[in-house]
Amino acid sequence: MTTVDRSRLPDVGSDPAFAFPQMRRHRLSAGLDLRTIEHRSLPVLALALQVADGSGSDPAGREGLAALTADMLDEGVGDLSALDVAEALERIGAEYHVDVDADATTIAMVTLTRHASRGAELLAGSVLRPSLREEDFSRVRQLRLDRLRQVRDQPAAMAERGLLHLLYGTHPYGHLPIGATGSLRALTSADVAAFHAAAYRPDRATLVMVGDLEHDAMRDIAEAAFGGWTPGRGREAARSPVETVTAAPGPSLAIVPREGAAQSFLRIGQLGPPRRTPDYEALLMMNAVLGGQFVSRMNLKLREEKGYTYGARTGFDWHRQASTFSVETHVDTAATVDAVLDALAELTDIRGARPVTEDELAVAKASLTRGLPRSFETAPQVARIASHLVLYDLPDTHFEDLSARVRGMRAEEVSQVAAAHLHPDRFSTLIVGDPAVGARLAQTLGLGEPVVLSPEV
Amino acid sequence: MSSASSPSPVPLDLPFVRHTLANGLDVIVHEDRHVPIVAVNVWYHVGSKDERPGRTGFAHLFEHLMFEGSAHYDRGYFPPLQQAGALVNGSTNTDRTNYWEVVPTSALDRALWMESDRMGYLLPALTRARFQTQQAVVLNERRQNYENRPYGLVTMALAEALFPPGHPYSWTTIGSADDIRAMQLDEVQEFFRTYYHPANASLVLAGDIGAAEGIALAERYFGDLPPGPVPQPVTADASFQDERRLYLEDRVELPRIYMAWHTPAIYTGGDAEADVLAGLLAGSKASRLYRALVYEQRVALDVSAFQNSRELGSFFLLAATAAPGRLLADLAAAVDLEVARLAAEGPSPGELARVTAQVEAQFVYRLQTNGGFGGKADQLNAYNVFTGDPAFFAADFARFQAVTASSIRMAASTCLAPDARMLLSVVPRDRAALALDGSERVTPS
Repeated sequence: MTTVDRSRLPDVGSDPAFAFPQMRRHRLSAGLDLRTIEHRSLPVLALALQVADGSGSDPAGREGLAALTADMLDEGVGDLSALDVAEALERIGAEYHVDVDADATTIAMVTLTRHASRGAELLAGSVLRPSLREEDFSRVRQLRLDRLRQVRDQPAAMAERGLLHLLYGTHPYGHLPIGATGSLRALTSADVAAFHAAAYRPDRATLVMVGDLEHDAMRDIAEAAFGGWTPGRGREAARSPVETVTAAPGPSLAIVPREGAAQSFLRIGQLGPPRRTPDYEALLMMNAVLGGQFVSRMNLKLREEKGYTYGARTGFDWHRQASTFSVETHVDTAATVDAVLDALAELTDIRGARPVTEDELAVAKASLTRGLPRSFETAPQVARIASHLVLYDLPDTHFEDLSARVRGMRAEEVSQVAAAHLHPDRFSTLIVGDPAVGARLAQTLGLGEPVVLSPEV
Repeated sequence: MSSASSPSPVPLDLPFVRHTLANGLDVIVHEDRHVPIVAVNVWYHVGSKDERPGRTGFAHLFEHLMFEGSAHYDRGYFPPLQQAGALVNGSTNTDRTNYWEVVPTSALDRALWMESDRMGYLLPALTRARFQTQQAVVLNERRQNYENRPYGLVTMALAEALFPPGHPYSWTTIGSADDIRAMQLDEVQEFFRTYYHPANASLVLAGDIGAAEGIALAERYFGDLPPGPVPQPVTADASFQDERRLYLEDRVELPRIYMAWHTPAIYTGGDAEADVLAGLLAGSKASRLYRALVYEQRVALDVSAFQNSRELGSFFLLAATAAPGRLLADLAAAVDLEVARLAAEGPSPGELARVTAQVEAQFVYRLQTNGGFGGKADQLNAYNVFTGDPAFFAADFARFQAVTASSIRMAASTCLAPDARMLLSVVPRDRAALALDGSERVTPS
């Protein structure tokens, strides 16, 4: 046995070779765009059908429509009832999951390869031929109204709702996908049918298949399942939001009252550039340094140095149009004011007073490049990533490009995008917490009376 | 549809090589070359069950200290690993504590150096300031995940109600806030010496590494660490003789009913049946309780069921949230009816076939990731630590394949008896009248 040299850490060797999965594009007879990726580790197939409309396509006064429509897809298909559909999925061991965000709706399925045809058929059934029956509609809408009521229990959900409102105002990005009580009550099954016809069309959708099959086999399965898809009678394609986002005025302070809360849930946010900004890679680096991982300024300060919180993070919520950038953390009620000051200092200092160091640069580069291969381990992971490329119309060489760009990045570039994109004079600070804390915070920040956001949803 | 062409069962296999070092450390290597990463996963066979009253939460607080650095690199556990592109985490439960990193193959040496350094040389790096900061961090973890979360205090109420005073499961893993505050730095030393050494640990390397190389690396980094005495196993029993009714007031909009029963310990007879029962009752929209409570009667907003499999004895937990204006008594009655039907009639052939299909698929899906919580490395360690045999993966699958309609019927009638359980009503503040009749108030904090 050789004794380990504990006087120094082992060096990290050169990065192992890793080839990002190759995606093949197909056009099905219905006009549907299909992307296939062979993933040979296990007999698993992941499918993701994405349509280019999400909650940002909700008409004014009909907030919640995209999410309710997505929820209705498996609540009856053709002659099958909702329970029949659930049983059919169980018989092939399938997992079925719907995700609605501001820009898109994604219906994802995972099944065993030997059930590939049946899985594709069930997915196609939900997307092409949902029953959208009145009785199912009223049951599902009521469930969503009840869930909306439960949003009031959850500090993080209340904060998300408040921050979207503060940052986007009346822009279509300014609401939670679930909508609001008034808008959900106003929805009808006719609204759902119209939205389905307008948004769920082969010319506005992309199917991604990743699994233990050859490209052409996946194409044949998709063709058999989706070949009969014709655009519905939607008068026109659903409208992706086109209104320009106007920067929120700021700085501002808002509170959602939660009397006697043991912690304050804190968000500090601002609008950021769209996903396709040329500064994307530099902004990812900035976020990694600032609060995107455990070893980041925000977490080390608020958790490891001060013990104010279990964890603090920053992140972008990327969109086709203006994204958001924000801090989020649950902090001890007694430490709230100090935590806000520390967080604001970190957001401000990276712009110049304390520029990014070489050490920080190295850690951020490592997490964005060396850490990348583990994101391609499973078929569902790869399908999610491929859908992301589709959503933002990114090139197939995206990850090669990103890695090269990050590897060559200099610390000054990161500090420069921080200075250009972070706007301390426009931060919206929001807490869900005890009103007395809000008053103290207002006094300290000199922002006048905080805006009180009603917990009514 | 698919059955005509290809009913061939999936070959389910989780191959490995195990080698025990002279100091007692089990080393298990699973080779999977698909992605150039290696999952490093260490289990210590210690959890909150090994604590004593007055010091609840100690095992978990200790887990935090394991990330603060060790003698030969005392500037935090994360930085050198994140610089290598690693993902790093750990967790504590009643029975065990696990630590893992997923690293690029090129950083495996560094990861093993770090893991072995904290296994052998944690204490010199541990300062009073770091200890006190982590006390504050854990108190905030407790506020975030329990005190300030809807229905979060149910965890505390359940532990106290399900297990008699002094039972190792009668306190929660996060511990009481007073106990966390009372902990002293010098108590850490003894805990480390008792539980954190090679003879009480199991190391798995899974991914881009061969068995011979993996074992040689483990020998190199861990081989010279001294073993300690293997801790005495903890034993304890718990059972209900009747029905207990409790209620808890919380900051919630809608009342929820929790039902809990004692069930067989992890991997013992009846544990798989209880798992299957959870799926039959509430695993999907096609399940019996979803159909009855949410879809047809619409008395509930959601329903869930879960076999919480543990070493000293498991519990089965069922929960349903009342739809606005609905009474918990109506939910409880509907649940009782469905459980009684299942106990009397057993599942239908169709239900059983669906369960079999789902179990098989889930065992395949579990093989997708090498690292992280629940990945292949974590599974191999669970089998090794709880059964002594990493090859238990096949036996685990077999016990689900052996489930029959009659074994499920039997499990439903013996495990889910209506007269030997706990019923916990969670109601909005100052709305005690919404609790089930005859419930006694509990005020966990």
